[in-house]
Amino acid sequence: MSDVPPGIETLDYRFAGERPAGEFAPVLVGVVGSGNLEVLLEPSPGGDCAVHVETSARGFGRIWEAVVRDFHRRHPLAGVRLSIHDMGATPAVVSLRLDQAAQELQP
Amino acid sequence: MTGALSYAECSARERLARVVDTGSFHEWLPPAERLTSPHLAQLGVPSAFDDGVAVGRALLDGRPVFVAAQEGAFMGGGVGEVHGAKLVGLLRRALRERPDAVLLLAESGGVRLHEANAGLIAVSEVMRALLDVREAGIPVVVLIGGANGCFGGMGIVARCADRVVMSDIGRLAMSGPEVIEASHGVEEFDARDRALVWRTTGGKHRWLTGDCDVLIEDDVAEFRAAAIEGLDASRRVTLEALEAENTLLADRLRRMAEPSEGDDAVALWGRLGVAHAERVSELDVASVRALRDAKGVEA
Amino acid sequence: MTSSSWTTRADRRAERLARAAAELGDRLAGKRVRTDAIGTLLEAVLEPGDRVCLEGNNQKQADFLAKALAQVDAHKVHDLHMVQSVLALPEHLDVFDSGIARRLDFSFSGPQGARLARLVAAGGIEIGAIHTYLELFARYFVDLTPKVALVTAHAADAEGNLYTGPNTEDTPAIVEATAFSGGIVVAQVNELVDGRSTRLPRVDIPTDWVDFVVQAPRPNFIEPLFTRDPAQISEIQVLMAMMAIKGIYAEYGVQRLNHGIGFDTAAIELLLPTYAESLGLKGKICRHWALNPHPALIPAIEAGWVESIHSFGSELGMEDYIRARSDVFFTGADGSLRSNRAFCQAAGHYACDLFIGSTLQIDLDGNSSTATLGRIAGFGGAPNMGADARGRRHASPAWLQAGREARAGRQGAAATPRGQKLVVQMVETFREHMQPAFVERLDAWTVQEQAGMALPPIMIYGEDVTHVLTEEGIANLLLCRSDEEREQAIRGVAGYTEVGLARDHAAVENLRDRGVIRRAEDLGIDKREATRNLLAARSVRELVRASHGLYSPPKRFRNW
Repeated sequence: MSDVPPGIETLDYRFAGERPAGEFAPVLVGVVGSGNLEVLLEPSPGGDCAVHVETSARGFGRIWEAVVRDFHRRHPLAGVRLSIHDMGATPAVVSLRLDQAAQELQP
Repeated sequence: MTGALSYAECSARERLARVVDTGSFHEWLPPAERLTSPHLAQLGVPSAFDDGVAVGRALLDGRPVFVAAQEGAFMGGGVGEVHGAKLVGLLRRALRERPDAVLLLAESGGVRLHEANAGLIAVSEVMRALLDVREAGIPVVVLIGGANGCFGGMGIVARCADRVVMSDIGRLAMSGPEVIEASHGVEEFDARDRALVWRTTGGKHRWLTGDCDVLIEDDVAEFRAAAIEGLDASRRVTLEALEAENTLLADRLRRMAEPSEGDDAVALWGRLGVAHAERVSELDVASVRALRDAKGVEA
Repeated sequence: MTSSSWTTRADRRAERLARAAAELGDRLAGKRVRTDAIGTLLEAVLEPGDRVCLEGNNQKQADFLAKALAQVDAHKVHDLHMVQSVLALPEHLDVFDSGIARRLDFSFSGPQGARLARLVAAGGIEIGAIHTYLELFARYFVDLTPKVALVTAHAADAEGNLYTGPNTEDTPAIVEATAFSGGIVVAQVNELVDGRSTRLPRVDIPTDWVDFVVQAPRPNFIEPLFTRDPAQISEIQVLMAMMAIKGIYAEYGVQRLNHGIGFDTAAIELLLPTYAESLGLKGKICRHWALNPHPALIPAIEAGWVESIHSFGSELGMEDYIRARSDVFFTGADGSLRSNRAFCQAAGHYACDLFIGSTLQIDLDGNSSTATLGRIAGFGGAPNMGADARGRRHASPAWLQAGREARAGRQGAAATPRGQKLVVQMVETFREHMQPAFVERLDAWTVQEQAGMALPPIMIYGEDVTHVLTEEGIANLLLCRSDEEREQAIRGVAGYTEVGLARDHAAVENLRDRGVIRRAEDLGIDKREATRNLLAARSVRELVRASHGLYSPPKRFRNW
């Protein structure tokens, strides 16, 4: 963890999507508070699901990758981008917010 | 489970959505536009897409209003450069478009210290813009009911408004409890004594001293009702009003000139004419409301 | 030739009492000692090397006596052997710094854990052993009998009868062992009643067991350790509570239980009148409790879920509520609570079908520990609650079902039909600051090395754990038949910790198919329901309202 430079850590992931999300109004869930995060889900051209993370809890890239990958398995959305501002949420809370965002797309 | 929806429990956006007419809120500078703080990243602090405040227009009881809701969970609701600019922009636009009122769902520790002077300037600009709106005859109604209260520069902003609505859970003050304890010592003010903190800054206290105009329960529906009543609550700042305020404050000082035994808040309430002041903390909101409406308490 | 006397205890006791009388003079009236003579009293009745029980309970502290003990002349009183439940006050360790005490047997040291560790490292203290509460009380009657007991009660009358009231806690066990072995009992009290205008509400400790009573200048120190503000319960904890209720309480029909204190279990308590009610479980679970008076249980009590609660101690602010709910709590004819830690511990061990609590670390064997580096914290009562009661013989449906699950398919002695207590470890996979709760090696091993202990301080042994419950699901260890299965079952609920990420995915899926691991979906739980709105009370104020104003929270919990 000491290799990670001070400040906000940014992480990016991209998955091939399966389920086209179509057009929709941006979805915001969560709040950037201690132990919490906000997730902005927006439509994006192309068939991928892109995830961009900005976090103050540095050095947990491996866990983020696993969490985001599992999220995509549950909700293989295509044509979306997720942008995250995180302040040290545990994986349980991250997964919860991601699922909450995806569920907003299902009527 | 109670039927009432707790205002304190809701996020800023949930409160906003429920205070205004259903589905009528249209947001300006929404999160997707990513107007985030230019300062926080270099301090290693995550930003928020809306910099902690949602602003826009809506309908309240069918009437056009502008509304801002501060998210207390983000940086304690502290006002940073962008956050402050959104509030100022909202207020200035109100001067142009003349809604029936501007609602401010305030929950803030005041200036966002991380942003230093930018935050300070932002808050002072908010004050000036608010006073301009008030002067134009557009009522500014501040709703205070979040767990973090309304402190610091935002506390001053709130008192610049036409009307202040508080729940008993809400708090309104300048200095925060920890700051008072740090400056004056724990003997003088123990910040962990939450009952004391609420006696000195909470809604019941503000109601009894006349520092807020409405005292309600921690209930979103009551906040909505109070906001609707505020639509016609424009109160110009006149010389007479300022002098009356001055007289009230001088009177309050005079009443507290003699040292008090025991708790200061209880003593003040008693000297303002509240019977059984020591029981106020235990009373429900309706009973505390009645204490001020009763004769003997000067609002 | 040695003369053999069989009355040395009584003789020595008489000597001490005579010495005290002589030195106190008119500062002793009957059993009452003048407050400012406490130092003289202690120096008169204590002798070097004595075994002394200073009442450091979980909640109440004999703080006046603790301060007085810490100030005795170390030339006169030294090398004491302290036996006490809890090291809570600085004075409890000051006596070791000054040489007044040398040796210690105890159970829990929460607030003093770090300082204790430093003292041990510096060689300033000999620890006999760290116990559970009930275990320590038991040794008071075998080989750790106190010679002098320094206890605290609420009030005493002129004869020396004591009222210990709601916070009776450990006192009866301590005083009985001491009084009936020729020991000397000194009690500090908050009040003295005169027998005319004021009387004891009831007698908790009869005067025959008490030698000296002294009124303390201030009421004894006492802490509200069992109050949890519902405002701090998270959605994840609500989800876990739903899983506990549906996946375990309902599954086994748990009627008799103990909750280890925490926000996780507070969430369960607050979900009974709402979520559990919606599942039709009222009357089928949670009727009888070995539990302190948790404010979080108020809504369930009010909704008629609870038939009985026996408590280890009381809880500040709950006194009037308890008085008004005497059908549920153990109360005297005077109306106030009577708690008793020894009996409640026995109840939790033998009379309960389930224990559920949280912990700091769990390893792949299911062993769990709250030991952290640099602290010697001890055990308290959890190991008695969180252990199978092998001596138990009476059956209940939950106990039998757990026993069947554990023994199905086994051979030999391990297959002998028995019941088993449900011992559930409920924990989020990550704690604050992203500290994993699941680890390959407990810090307890390092603490053992550093402190020179005989064993690593494990709070609950994996062999006793029947279920591990996390936000990822429930692992039923009763159904595991090998160490490998057990390991994968634990990894399978260990989330994204290193331990969890290293799982054998195929093995975990297999365990899930067999029902050894069950996720929220498998239990039919919709995670979207897991919000704070499901809690019967979401703030301390809502608890007060639920209690019809009878609950009076300490000021640190008030925000109105």
